[in-house]
Amino acid sequence: MLDQTHTALDGISVSIRDLELSFGAVKVLQDLNLDIAKGEFLVLLGASGCGKSTLLNCIAGLLEPTGGQIFIEGKNVTWAEPSERGIGMVFQSYALYPQMSVKGNLSFGLKNARVPKAEIERRVARAAELLHLQPLLDRKPAALSGGQRQRVAIGRALVRDVDVFLFDEPLSNLDAKLRAELRIELKRLHQSLDNTMIYVTHDQVEAMTLADRIAIMRGGVIQQLAQPLEIYNRPANLYVAGFIGSPPMNFIPGTIAGSEFVGAVRMPLSGYDWERGPHTSGNVVFGIRPEHVKIGDAARHCACQTTVTIEVVEPMGADTLLWTRVGDDEFRIRLDGQTTIHEGQTLPIGFDIDCASLFDAQTENRI
Amino acid sequence: MSVIDPVAPRAAGRPKKLIANPMAKIAALPMIMTALVIFIGCSVWTVVHSFTKSKLLPSSQFVGFDQYERLWSTRRWLASVENIAIYGLVALVFSLVVGFVIAVLLDQKVRAEGAFRTIILFPYSLSFIVTGLVWQWILNPDFGIQYIVRGWGFENFTFDPLHNPDTVLAALLMAGLWQGTGLVAVILLAALRGVDEDIWKASRVDGVPAWKTYIWVVIPILRPAFVTATVLIATGIVKLYDLVVALTNGGPGIASEMPAKYVYDAMFGKQNLGQGFAASTMMLLSVLLILIPWAIFEFRGKKRG
Amino acid sequence: MVDISQTYSASRRLDGAAGARPKRRISASRIMTYGILCVICFYYILPLWVMMMTSLKGMPEVRMGNIFAPPVEITFEPWVKAWSQACTGLNCDGLSRGFWNSVKITIPSVLISIVVASVNGYALVNWKFKGSEIFFGILLFGAFIPYQVMIYPIVIILREIGLMGDVWGLVLVHTIFGMPILTLLFRNYFASLPEELFKAARVDGAGFWGIFFQVLVPMSLPIFTVAMILQVTGIWNDFLFGVIYTKPEAYPMTVQLNNIVNSVQGVKEYNVNMAATLITGLVPLTIYLLSGKLFVRGIAAGAVKG
Repeated sequence: MLDQTHTALDGISVSIRDLELSFGAVKVLQDLNLDIAKGEFLVLLGASGCGKSTLLNCIAGLLEPTGGQIFIEGKNVTWAEPSERGIGMVFQSYALYPQMSVKGNLSFGLKNARVPKAEIERRVARAAELLHLQPLLDRKPAALSGGQRQRVAIGRALVRDVDVFLFDEPLSNLDAKLRAELRIELKRLHQSLDNTMIYVTHDQVEAMTLADRIAIMRGGVIQQLAQPLEIYNRPANLYVAGFIGSPPMNFIPGTIAGSEFVGAVRMPLSGYDWERGPHTSGNVVFGIRPEHVKIGDAARHCACQTTVTIEVVEPMGADTLLWTRVGDDEFRIRLDGQTTIHEGQTLPIGFDIDCASLFDAQTENRI
Repeated sequence: MSVIDPVAPRAAGRPKKLIANPMAKIAALPMIMTALVIFIGCSVWTVVHSFTKSKLLPSSQFVGFDQYERLWSTRRWLASVENIAIYGLVALVFSLVVGFVIAVLLDQKVRAEGAFRTIILFPYSLSFIVTGLVWQWILNPDFGIQYIVRGWGFENFTFDPLHNPDTVLAALLMAGLWQGTGLVAVILLAALRGVDEDIWKASRVDGVPAWKTYIWVVIPILRPAFVTATVLIATGIVKLYDLVVALTNGGPGIASEMPAKYVYDAMFGKQNLGQGFAASTMMLLSVLLILIPWAIFEFRGKKRG
Repeated sequence: MVDISQTYSASRRLDGAAGARPKRRISASRIMTYGILCVICFYYILPLWVMMMTSLKGMPEVRMGNIFAPPVEITFEPWVKAWSQACTGLNCDGLSRGFWNSVKITIPSVLISIVVASVNGYALVNWKFKGSEIFFGILLFGAFIPYQVMIYPIVIILREIGLMGDVWGLVLVHTIFGMPILTLLFRNYFASLPEELFKAARVDGAGFWGIFFQVLVPMSLPIFTVAMILQVTGIWNDFLFGVIYTKPEAYPMTVQLNNIVNSVQGVKEYNVNMAATLITGLVPLTIYLLSGKLFVRGIAAGAVKG
């Protein structure tokens, strides 16, 4: 997966080679390779404990890797101090110095780097303008709202005039509404600056909306590195397929018999976009996203059809979720919000091969 | 600007640093020195020298268990051990029971709780010397409690614990508990405040009387606080010295001698270092006997938890 | 070792009783509660009261009467005498000498022990190195070792470095024996601060001392106050180390007080003795009354010292 970006080395901002980190016998990061292009917005996405924050801390220099190397802007920074790496970092808890004013927070790093006073003033003013912090410069962090604090934290990275911004779940401590607002603000910021941004989150909405590319991690290993829609449409394995999308993809186990999938449903496989040439046998898992399931009349034109009994209906306004079973497996269907289907109703459903995924039951990889 | 060589990205090796975080290690030097030189070094030194015939000066001539044999045949040491055992047991039980009762009383939503708390804890801020001298004055037969009660018409009333070998420990306890019980009460009160309020609702729904709830439900919940308080009191008791010096100076006779005082007198009064070393080693041993079971208990509890 | 965190955090919750709610405003049990509490308080207050009253009486009145009764005629002469004329075996310039000695001992001991312990705590939390936790474990264990085991070797060490009998020797001893509990106090406090703050300061290029002085210390004034209270009262009240490691002319107040009151020479002047006792207790008592909850926090942690 790396190879696509490997050709233009000049355009690479952060390069991670064979990175490893273990605490005692526990391997937190394994054999990690990653190239991030200049100006790219890369999101590291995964459940808690998957190593995404650890990786970010390694890039920042806050953790020392046990093996491998890290390059930023062509320089080997594997053992450099965090402040010497040309990075700025934004933390989940904001990590503002409580006893310093907003201005003090913004200029602390510059003072440590012995930047001339006039230059500090200039950079602080620029960051304050960009983030609408001018009226707050003399306040202490305690007197700021959550959103304002996070803007100051971003500003602190901004004034350092660095190439790479690191974000460690920066929006997780905010309420849903503010999170959405700041998300847009971050996207605008990225468009107006040309910095590389590496952003850690467990929120797939953040990942899908912000990222140029997403790296999905699990157990210290990158499961898939691709553009958001690619990950949504062509998940590399069962884990990614189940992780991305809400509610997650429906899975139906079965086998391939010739040109047909046979499980709780039967599905002709002609027209399926194989990863590496067609399979004609083997145990597989068939996956279809809830939003790609059709019901009623529309189902009658599908390549695969079956009938289900609705167990639970969850109206959520914009759309409605139906919970049912195909074979023994739980099966979810996502419909538009105005549906009048009720619990206990029996429905014909159907889906087509072009939005489906097939995974090897053994390796769990997409086939 | 060097360009990454994709063929050999491992070319650059780890810079050789003699010491990682040198500043942190320099900063921790006082702690390391204290731990190694004082707490381990000095203790080991004393234990080792308890097997020598040190007298006026430390000697390196080993005499096996001679010092211990002499120690355990010295009347004053035996009295000290007996005294500390009695004092320790009574002080422990009393301060835990009384401390818990005070804590429970203070937990009844009393008015002016802050004032009560301030009063029961203030003796803890005082020096044992101050405590000892005040109680010496109150227990003085010619002016204190005995004199007052006699003045009320009880001519034969005697209350002179400081000059009676049989009751002098009671005098020490009166002063010692006066100083220390408040702390136990405050620790237990703090723990009581951490007890889930729903327990009271549940016990009322179940119709269990409050005192039963305290004994069968609350005390088990407070077990960690009780353990903490017990260890604090116990290790404090072993070190008991200042109070005895100020209140009784070991008297009458040797009726209120304590091990810590035996050590001090042997080392700095009688120029008999070997006895001091042996006695202090015994003190260390007794602390270990308290600490190790507790440490195991705590450690196991943590593992399970 | 001792589960300090529990008592420590709980001591901040002391407000608001959580016990069984009384059913009626005035009931027999209510009266019992207050009755017992008042008796207990009487027991606690009594010595303080006796000290105060005796110190305000003239000797004739002390000899005549009831130690619990307030003075008929208030006199401050015992206070003056205790402060400037009371005799120990050696000299008769009162407690004032001991007071100033204690001041000279306490101030540097408190400052140095706090500086050392806070840096220790900081290094333990933020700059862990191989073995740092082991040293800390030994340090904590040391808090439980009876001082008697270590006092003589320390005499030898102080003699070797030429500080035996010197105020600075005693300062060193107080720094050493204050270290376990203070280090624990600072370590727990620094560990409770968000780690990201420390990370942010590193990204901002602050070094070991920069992070400590510019970021952590300004945030930690409460714990420095607690440590200060703990150390001032502990060192002021010390008797054992004072009597071992200083010379008579440098004796701290507690040692001098004991020598004054328990000296066998001359006529006992009980009023002067009580004034002297009260004066010695005044410093920690004032700190206690002024600091309130912080004191409780300090001893909850400091009680490990035993």
